[in-house]
Amino acid sequence: MALFEEIAAEPSEPVPVRRVTISVNGERRTADVEPRLLLAHLLRQGLRLTGTHIGCDTTNCGACTVLFDGKPVKSCTMLAVQADGHEITTVEGLGGASELHPVQEAFKDEHGLQCGFCTPGMMLAAKALLDEVPDPTEDEVRWALSGNVCRCTGYQNIVKSVLSAAQKLQGQSAADGS
Amino acid sequence: MTALDEIKIGGMGARRRRVEDNRFIRGRGNYIDDIVLPGMLHMEILRSPLAHARINSIDTSKAWDIPGVRLVLTGEMMATRNLAWMPTLSYDTQAVLATDKVRFQGQEVACVIADDPYIAKDACEAIVVDYEPLPVIVNPTQATADDAPLIRDDKENQPDNVIYDWEVGDRAGTDQAFERADLVSTIQLHYPRSHPAPLECCGSIADFDRSTSKLTVYMTTQAPHIVRAAVALIAELPEHMIRIISPDLGGGFGNKVPVYPGYVMSILASILTERPVKWIEDRTGNLISTGFGRDVYLQGEMALRRDGKILGVRMHTDADHGAFFGDAQPSKFKIGLMHSAFACYDIPTAHLTARGMYTNKAPGGVAYRCSFRVTEAMFFQERMVQAAADDLGMDQAEFRRLNFVRDDDFPHRTPFGFLTDSGQYGKCLDVGLKAVGYQDFLKQKEEAKKRGRLLGIGISTMTEPLGAGNSREYDILGIKMFDSAELRVHMTGKAILRTGAKTQGQGHETTWAQIVAHELGLPAEDVLVEEGDTDTAPFGMGTYASRSTPVAGAAVAMVSRKIRAKARKLAAHLLEVSEEDVDWELGRFYVRSAPDRGVTIQECAMAAYSNMPDGLEPGLEGNAYYDPPNLTWPFACYIATVEVDPETGVWDVLNMVAVDDCGVRINPMVVEGQIMGGLTEAYAMASMQFITFDAEGNCVGSNFMDYLLPTAWETPGYELHEVVTPCPHHPIGAKGIGECATVGGPAAFVNAVLDAIKDTGVRNIDMPLLPDRVYEAITERHDVSGAPPVKVDD
Repeated sequence: MALFEEIAAEPSEPVPVRRVTISVNGERRTADVEPRLLLAHLLRQGLRLTGTHIGCDTTNCGACTVLFDGKPVKSCTMLAVQADGHEITTVEGLGGASELHPVQEAFKDEHGLQCGFCTPGMMLAAKALLDEVPDPTEDEVRWALSGNVCRCTGYQNIVKSVLSAAQKLQGQSAADGS
Repeated sequence: MTALDEIKIGGMGARRRRVEDNRFIRGRGNYIDDIVLPGMLHMEILRSPLAHARINSIDTSKAWDIPGVRLVLTGEMMATRNLAWMPTLSYDTQAVLATDKVRFQGQEVACVIADDPYIAKDACEAIVVDYEPLPVIVNPTQATADDAPLIRDDKENQPDNVIYDWEVGDRAGTDQAFERADLVSTIQLHYPRSHPAPLECCGSIADFDRSTSKLTVYMTTQAPHIVRAAVALIAELPEHMIRIISPDLGGGFGNKVPVYPGYVMSILASILTERPVKWIEDRTGNLISTGFGRDVYLQGEMALRRDGKILGVRMHTDADHGAFFGDAQPSKFKIGLMHSAFACYDIPTAHLTARGMYTNKAPGGVAYRCSFRVTEAMFFQERMVQAAADDLGMDQAEFRRLNFVRDDDFPHRTPFGFLTDSGQYGKCLDVGLKAVGYQDFLKQKEEAKKRGRLLGIGISTMTEPLGAGNSREYDILGIKMFDSAELRVHMTGKAILRTGAKTQGQGHETTWAQIVAHELGLPAEDVLVEEGDTDTAPFGMGTYASRSTPVAGAAVAMVSRKIRAKARKLAAHLLEVSEEDVDWELGRFYVRSAPDRGVTIQECAMAAYSNMPDGLEPGLEGNAYYDPPNLTWPFACYIATVEVDPETGVWDVLNMVAVDDCGVRINPMVVEGQIMGGLTEAYAMASMQFITFDAEGNCVGSNFMDYLLPTAWETPGYELHEVVTPCPHHPIGAKGIGECATVGGPAAFVNAVLDAIKDTGVRNIDMPLLPDRVYEAITERHDVSGAPPVKVDD
């Protein structure tokens, strides 16, 4: 609840709102939103999670990719109300409080990013792949990332990053298992 | 004690991990749309749906009625402030908001400033514009027709749609060369309009503070200082009261060099509302109104001796500049550096004529990952060379080698008058041919043909001019093209470096520190790099045309040397010897006669603030303005092998070998990243990425559903090789690299596809080589043009 909310000088027609409760990066968040509000805008402007970027408005570029109950979706063409009752993971929730996720580490180590704008979406799409397919082939990586556009890297180092993260994660799970 | 290990301190040659990545991988970048200022309003732009139409009236009353709307601006209102028009970077004018008529689809007609962007968009839809359609021009041929409508009727002394008629080279000498020729080879092609489409669109937040009269503008710009100068001139504000801050940029590729109408509107809106005003362009706005690249019709011919020697070249270009001549380019050259073509070949004479035309298309002509039309020049060059080799019946590699400038022939005057200074062209070609397995592939190709399979190999070799200035020849709007760096070494030996360049993904925060480490022995991690804020950074021309390392990078080395010169005085003082008796090794001064006696650069830094000798100015800071003596001339050899499916026209890349000689590499990892990114944009333009127009001037390619960008799935893998020929005049021997692969790459792909279908007799298919175009060439056995207008299915 805001301490202060300005009332518009001219009385306006009430804007219909709907209450949504979404688990964002493991935290329960409740907001009153206009039904037309896009999920990307709720995350960016409402919750100030600006790591989710917007690049195209038409679901093509994938800069706005977030995980919706673990699956990658384009948050620029999903309504916030559609996320009611669901779990969303953004780049801010990818690593721990201080630790980086192996995908994040690998993108840095393999020079898998340049301007950084596609990177959050790219990393989340990669994480979703590795959750399903722990040991993907290069073709599987390229196919899984084909909804995400990068204009800087030419993808080769992104693919390398994801394959390297897969190895690291497998090493981790082997160590956990022993 | 011995000198430091340069690689360990992150100096030159280290594959240093990027420091900027620490925020980007956490989603903590600070891009324009991430910035929120207190009380900020939001602006949206209403654009013209028509390509050419007179505006009879604009009714904004319904927009004003929407709650939350604070301001609606039209051209008429801008005109009262003398802001309806603004200058372009090529001495033309461009409408900020249309007053008389619209001249391209997507032109800015009005804008709304509201409490949130949704309200502003609603209000844009409530604006009613009465248009009277006019005939539309979408290519240079239509523009020069006798009955062509006049697009720029706003200008005095503009009787037709021709912007310039320009020539360079030796006409008479070239005519003589053609008279002596055994054979003349010709080619004609269109380099289609393309758009840089950085993943982040353009935007600005203007914040005018009436109490201090200071205007702060956060802006997606590759050249913040040029913008500051432009705003001072356009908006007639004092330059010291303007602060341009370019935050993290989500790519640029030339798209973020010009000043766009949206920026100017947001500035006026902030002045009028006395609130910060944010404008974030949507993707369609980006693609249909901001700086495109290319759109040039090229034709030419080559005079050849029977033995394969090139005697001379003629070129003609017709450039489609859209409705306003907005090329971002050095002012002396009307068609950029098109005349850098054929620089790697020893050709005695050449002549180029060039015309530019207005059309009803978006303005721009930015250097899309390109040094001012060099991309078109090198594409034409390598397509022409390929055609000539074919006409002579010579091997394409041997034809190139025969005509290369030899290693011992530098400095070399190019046929259009540039001076190249270094290179090992033959060696690069050898490395490439070996890597691709040239002779084996030719055999494979012949065998595959017997089984009905079409394999092809395409070569592209080129040197290109990167890193404008020098200031004698290169300026933009009269501002000379030098660059700058300022270095402050604090007393504990940590430092902050600022330059006049502006990174957009190239990794300056990492690589500039490596140059300082190389020159001063300060660990790179001890050097913070900042760019993009005109209140703190020294004046520079910004980052585009692969000029950062050649110019600003040189300034970083030069300022470091100034610091080292002063540190030497401090060292002599600390060591109690005369300056002449002090020698330098990385990170340390020592007494020449007693090398064990020495002081580190950090100890010198402490002394600069705590123990300086009498008469020496305290502190350890400096700046350097660097005016390069010449351009840098990297060389590249790209070789692609492809297989074309004769049933569908689909082609796949089998291999792409890149051999780049960009001189000394500061950070090989970053250089390789630049090359792979550049190759992908080359592949994009060769295979799918273009913007075209229908007969009504509707933009086909106005969103990422129509404007196709390759993803990880389509993009081929690359094999990279290097040759190092240091630049003789650059302080650390480096040359530009950012754009080489985008410039040289397309011809390799196109030559490969045409090689695969050589038996059809087809000489040219215009890019992009879409499957239907390749299929048409194979089945109809004729050249395929991609020039607009295109037919559009209803």
